[in-house]
Amino acid sequence: MKSNIRIYLISALGLLLSTLFFGLLATWAFLYPEVYNKFLPFYQLRPFHVSAALFWIITGATASILFYKNETVAKGIKSSALLETGFIVIWLSTIAAIFICYGLKIFGGREYWEFPPILCLPLLISWILLMFSFYVPLFKNTGKKPMYIWMWATGILFFLITFVEQNLWQIAWFRASYLKEITVQWKSNGAMVGAWNQMIYGTSLYLMVKISGDETIAKGKTAFFFYMLGLTNLMFNWGHHIYNVPTASWIRDTSYVISMTEWVFLIRMIQSFKKTLEQRAKLRHLLTYRFIIAAEFWVFMNLLLTLSISVPAINLYTHGTHITVAHAMGATIGINSMLLLASFTYMLKIDNLKGRVSKFLSFSYWVSQFSLGCFWIALIVAGFIKGYRTVENSKLNFQEIMEPVLKVMKVFSYAGVFLVISIASIVIVYLYNAIKLKQYQTQIEI
Amino acid sequence: MIRLWIGLFIAFAIYTCMVYYYCDKSQKTEISPSSNALVGWNIWQNKNCQSCHQIYGLGGYMGPDLTNLASDTTKNDLYISSFIKYGTAKMPNFNLSDSEIVKLVSFLKWVDKSGKNRVSKEKVTWTGNYKLDN
Repeated sequence: MKSNIRIYLISALGLLLSTLFFGLLATWAFLYPEVYNKFLPFYQLRPFHVSAALFWIITGATASILFYKNETVAKGIKSSALLETGFIVIWLSTIAAIFICYGLKIFGGREYWEFPPILCLPLLISWILLMFSFYVPLFKNTGKKPMYIWMWATGILFFLITFVEQNLWQIAWFRASYLKEITVQWKSNGAMVGAWNQMIYGTSLYLMVKISGDETIAKGKTAFFFYMLGLTNLMFNWGHHIYNVPTASWIRDTSYVISMTEWVFLIRMIQSFKKTLEQRAKLRHLLTYRFIIAAEFWVFMNLLLTLSISVPAINLYTHGTHITVAHAMGATIGINSMLLLASFTYMLKIDNLKGRVSKFLSFSYWVSQFSLGCFWIALIVAGFIKGYRTVENSKLNFQEIMEPVLKVMKVFSYAGVFLVISIASIVIVYLYNAIKLKQYQTQIEI
Repeated sequence: MIRLWIGLFIAFAIYTCMVYYYCDKSQKTEISPSSNALVGWNIWQNKNCQSCHQIYGLGGYMGPDLTNLASDTTKNDLYISSFIKYGTAKMPNFNLSDSEIVKLVSFLKWVDKSGKNRVSKEKVTWTGNYKLDN
């Protein structure tokens, strides 16, 4: 493994640890603001947690692409290490600067990107370097490309588009109307999730090809159909975030119709369930595969939730409640993080570990799945209570609505403790192996 | 495959332009923000109010949704200003000056005029969708 990519992988894992740490603190700050407001208030902890999560996902996804690039897109082609290193250095230094800003309570951006907007500039520059490092060998490499390469290329391009769109609020014309500004903001946020999903699902597809040895998974009409369906959803299915915003009704109509195409994904998953079980019997000894299966389970659960909240009549009750958080957490932890951990397991050769470490990882894996289940259900219950009380008891004030919600949130926080401990245990083993990899490489060089 | 991809991308580009130009045309009267409201909006972002509060249900869930706070007949300007100025056990005091508080309230009043946050059940149609008007 190249040393720049190894450092990048270690940084991504560090971001995951930070996400877990700040997430736990933010939960307690949410439940006990009287205590936390004195030293680390919720409004400071939430950006730490959210940005760490966001950067863990994007850094993890790009780390995987950079690693696999040399086996696929850039195979046999000399690619510029300078571009890669430039991207890594600028990207990671900017993330460090963002966290320093949060530490000093310097904000200024919009939701999920709360840092001063000037810091978007180095992030943009670094992304352009990444694009050069990926697209130049891609265009040199002629011939039919498997679907995972299309997915990586799409994800990288659409991240750039949505990132630029995310910053359009800095132009006065977009600020002249609140409805326009909020619509564009959530258009970009929603589509950006689709962009990183393309990068991560592409990685997952590549891993499945590698561990099953079946190249046809990433070729053919079915793979193409699901790629196009995913891309359509990326482009047009962001409106459910703003159903209640009084924008033009065709935005709501388009999103409602497009979101219903997600039934195809669900039906496909049910149809292929038997095949998945057969494959599981062959590959379950691999932790890489187990993380992919966990993600598949969470895709199924999250699809059920997403399809429900995409119906405006149901969204009426769920919007602005913890059900939206369950949807976000289910996707970022259950799907994105599980697939990224699968990728890291593969890249760091964790499946080669035997004995006690292997058993410890297996145990941590099961604890993480079980606690994530409790965590997710607690959020749905909390959201249901809040939504019901808000819509059906419109005379209740905020404190009265939240009273029973906070009791459920305590269950959420207990589940969160187990989730943090279990995932952090896995990450620490991975970090140890990533560092050990360097020593191993040095020994070989000597 | 490339043709289909390009076709979809063009559709996306057209849809994006339509969103930019026509998304707010349902608003009966276009209300431009005052300079005070714009400064108030920056204060909203600089103090990271969105971490705890929502507008149109978007933001953090620590505090209440503030979309229609300004038209809430049970809370007048003085009440809102005092809340911001002194904070509460749950909301920290951000040490804002009186002038900054006026601007923040001005922003919230402007947001309030853009529409209603809550959708009543009566707006839901047989398709499961609803139609909103300002």
